[in-house]
Amino acid sequence: MLSSLRSGVQGLWRASSRALQTTSTLQHDSLFVHRDTPEDNPNIAFEFTPENQQRIDALLAIYPEGHKRGAMIPLLDLAQRQNGGWLPISAMHKVAELLSLPRMRVYEVATFYTMFIRRPIGKYHLQVCTTTPCWLRGSDAVLKAIVDATGCEVGGNSPCGKFSISEVECLGACVNAPMVQVNDDYYEDLTVEDTKEIIEKLKRDEKPKPGPRSGRFASEPLGGLTSLTEEPTGPGYGLQDGLKA
Amino acid sequence: MLRQPLTRALALSSSSRIAPLGVRRYAEALAQPEKVEVFIDDKPVYVPPGTTVLQAAAMVGVEIPRFCYHERLAVAGNCRMCLVEVEKSPKPVAACAMPVMKGMRVKTTSDLTKKAREGVMEFLLVNHPLDCPICDQGGECDLQDQSMAFGSDKSRFTDIHFSGKRAVEDKDVGPLIKTIMTRCIHCTRCIRFASEVAGVDDFGTTGRGTDMQVGTYVEKMFLSELSGNIIDLCPVGALTSKPYSFAARPWETRRIDSVDVLDPLGSNIVVATRTNEVLRILPRTNEEINEEWLSDKSRFACDGLKRQRLVTPMVADSRGNLTPVEWEDAIVAAAHAIRDCPPNKLVAIAGELADAESLVALKDLVNRLGGENVCTEQYFPMGGSGTDLRSSYLLNTKIANVEDADFVLLIGTNVRFEAPLLNARIRKAFIHKETDVAYIGPKVDLTYEYTHVGDSASIVKELATGSSNHEVLKRLQSAKRPVVILGADQLKTSEGSALLAFTQELALRLQDKLEDKEWKVLNVLQRTASQVAALDVGYKPGVGAILQDGPKVVYLLGADAGVVTRESLPKDCVVIYQGHHGDVGASIADVVLPGAAYTEKRGTYVNAEGRAQQTLPAVTPPGKAREDWKILRALSEVLGARLPYDTLDEVRHRMAEISPSLVAYGDVQNNNYFAQARVLAQSLQKPVSGKLDVQLKQLEDFFMTDAISRASPTMAKCVQAVLKQKQSPY
Repeated sequence: MLSSLRSGVQGLWRASSRALQTTSTLQHDSLFVHRDTPEDNPNIAFEFTPENQQRIDALLAIYPEGHKRGAMIPLLDLAQRQNGGWLPISAMHKVAELLSLPRMRVYEVATFYTMFIRRPIGKYHLQVCTTTPCWLRGSDAVLKAIVDATGCEVGGNSPCGKFSISEVECLGACVNAPMVQVNDDYYEDLTVEDTKEIIEKLKRDEKPKPGPRSGRFASEPLGGLTSLTEEPTGPGYGLQDGLKA
Repeated sequence: MLRQPLTRALALSSSSRIAPLGVRRYAEALAQPEKVEVFIDDKPVYVPPGTTVLQAAAMVGVEIPRFCYHERLAVAGNCRMCLVEVEKSPKPVAACAMPVMKGMRVKTTSDLTKKAREGVMEFLLVNHPLDCPICDQGGECDLQDQSMAFGSDKSRFTDIHFSGKRAVEDKDVGPLIKTIMTRCIHCTRCIRFASEVAGVDDFGTTGRGTDMQVGTYVEKMFLSELSGNIIDLCPVGALTSKPYSFAARPWETRRIDSVDVLDPLGSNIVVATRTNEVLRILPRTNEEINEEWLSDKSRFACDGLKRQRLVTPMVADSRGNLTPVEWEDAIVAAAHAIRDCPPNKLVAIAGELADAESLVALKDLVNRLGGENVCTEQYFPMGGSGTDLRSSYLLNTKIANVEDADFVLLIGTNVRFEAPLLNARIRKAFIHKETDVAYIGPKVDLTYEYTHVGDSASIVKELATGSSNHEVLKRLQSAKRPVVILGADQLKTSEGSALLAFTQELALRLQDKLEDKEWKVLNVLQRTASQVAALDVGYKPGVGAILQDGPKVVYLLGADAGVVTRESLPKDCVVIYQGHHGDVGASIADVVLPGAAYTEKRGTYVNAEGRAQQTLPAVTPPGKAREDWKILRALSEVLGARLPYDTLDEVRHRMAEISPSLVAYGDVQNNNYFAQARVLAQSLQKPVSGKLDVQLKQLEDFFMTDAISRASPTMAKCVQAVLKQKQSPY
């Protein structure tokens, strides 16, 4: 019994002392194969609206003959916007047809880019940044506030069908951390109260004012400038006399 | 529209990519740029600029490990296994994608190279399951071999959190290919094959990073007649053969080189057998015929060799039921019927799988008995020069040279299903050489774009007489290496001889004007593996007229195409069937003599271009079945018209007497006498008005076309799967 205890202890010790690394298994929150659902199947017709058709013509005109497939991402984006923020398989088929490409080539692009969403989502897609700067500035609380206010799980849709939450990596607004992207707008310098207010407004389908909530205009220092405060010197400053006109 | 990705067009324009080996006679004689000297492991080698490091290394016999690189596919450069150290380069370079530079010094055995390979191998194995014991690729797995040769001798992989390796859902791509996608190492060879060679863009990568999957995204069968090749291409066990799954290990099987007979091209194959059973068929590289591909029918129909076989001689009893008997009784019964029959009432009909030996023996036998009626099932017009001149019924351009054509005109032939690997060649030319294709016949999918000229036979006449104002005529006339391919199926109609005459006229008009006097334009694509040998030996093509005379004895040598029916024969006619499958022929027979299939005998087959090749016995014939020429030899003895050969060598000596080309194995001769054939065909140029139709239009028509494939459960499953896929919205 003692020996078994010893070997157990040794086993523990060995496991913790070895310099081993494993990566944790990451599972993506979306599937990379298609499954027919009542909301998303190839029998649901998808047609571009006449306005979007005009945009498509303009987009296709940019690319030379033989290279029309370059317009694939703009076209998929148009389709996604037209379809309420997500990309059904019939829209991919439509894009493939417009570009005369095999469907697989469109599937490849649509699955590669995380901003193409291939499942039905809510009207407001809340993308909460939880990368280090935002996380240090309290993105966990912001995320929790959003989850509580909307009743929606991360990666899922809210029961009312209006909201979808995604936890995303850096959206490039670290100076204004923490931040949330709602559809195309950035809401920055958030507190929990700000977040709740934004969600309440969105629930009433009012558009909250985008941008920083801290009173800043953009990403300037909150307490005013700390350097470069003086008037910039004019042209010719420090030039040697001989060169002055 | 570019036919290939831009990267490929730019990077791979070197001629060595398109014609991997120097077998091609007509390759463009471009002004060769000056060669550059590179050093592979200090061995100097001169290579043309644009050669990759990997190719240069191969020239001096240094093999660099690789997974994603394949010489017949575009370079992907994504597996990184071919990393090598190049002097003055800060990091290892991917040899498969790196063009050589002057004075480059490549070190393939340096420490850096070894370390790089070891690292790549470790990363590949991080997510590769350790299921080699239950993997069908075991023993012929590139990953297994290369991890032994180049991998680390110890593992750093410990699953201390029991989180498992990456797992990927298996895909269902049809009844031929089994997928275990967790094993996939993302080399993308299957994707490139599907898109470049097969012309079916259904494979791709979905997702990104660790979630990347190779597959079809939606559930879809791989609808190609060449799909089995991705099994060979897959360097790991992700794509394996479904019919062969869990059947055998490669080291347990005996491999016998042979020749395929299920299409007219005579693709070279390897038959893998164990315990007298054909387990699978793999392609054998022959640059002049099949490269290293094989069509699905040739590859997977081999399970038809075990089913529906005739294993014992049979004679119809008083009630007309076939009853098993001994060989003596069957031979005597057959001899009795033949002896009682006047020679002109004896008809011998050879089927599509008959070998040249049995064809010669059967013809000799009938001739010795005083008969002349030996014919094949496939028709060919006998007007003009008929089958006297070989050039009238062969693929004169030759399969490999089709790649060098700059314009291909297809007349009434769906090459894709009649000769899949010839179609792959045309597609290769279409993709890599800007060859254009025009097609006369019903609209079909050939996997590449073509100009559809129409489906009326009169178009051929208009093109031949120069009265057409279709742009195809101008293209043909301006082409430097035009190819005209006429499907032999079109010749069976009453207008067949006129169609052939016009095609000859058209082809020779074009040929006369060519600068390259060696180039042959005229091609007739036969449908079956036996037809060319039968015509060479002197068989009459087609049975029509002979049957109307009311034959008393019909001797079917594997004739299963259904051109002879009991209704078309007189009531008292005796049908003797010699063959290997209980198919159409045996069902109407009074005497059945079981023969050997192509995997069971040494037989000569002449392919559509006139190249004699031989099959080798991989297994013994089942039951009491015997080699076909021996059956005829035995029958001749009983008939009292003894054939003068007792051994295979003597039969072949007799074949050489008839035509030396029948025993010139592997060789193909240049055909001539085009002009004479043209002159003789002048009188046949009568107006034609019919429509051209092809027999095999869709993929489901392709799988079951002869006695062997009709008996194959795998082929039946394929037909079902294709029909099911057609119901799917994808």
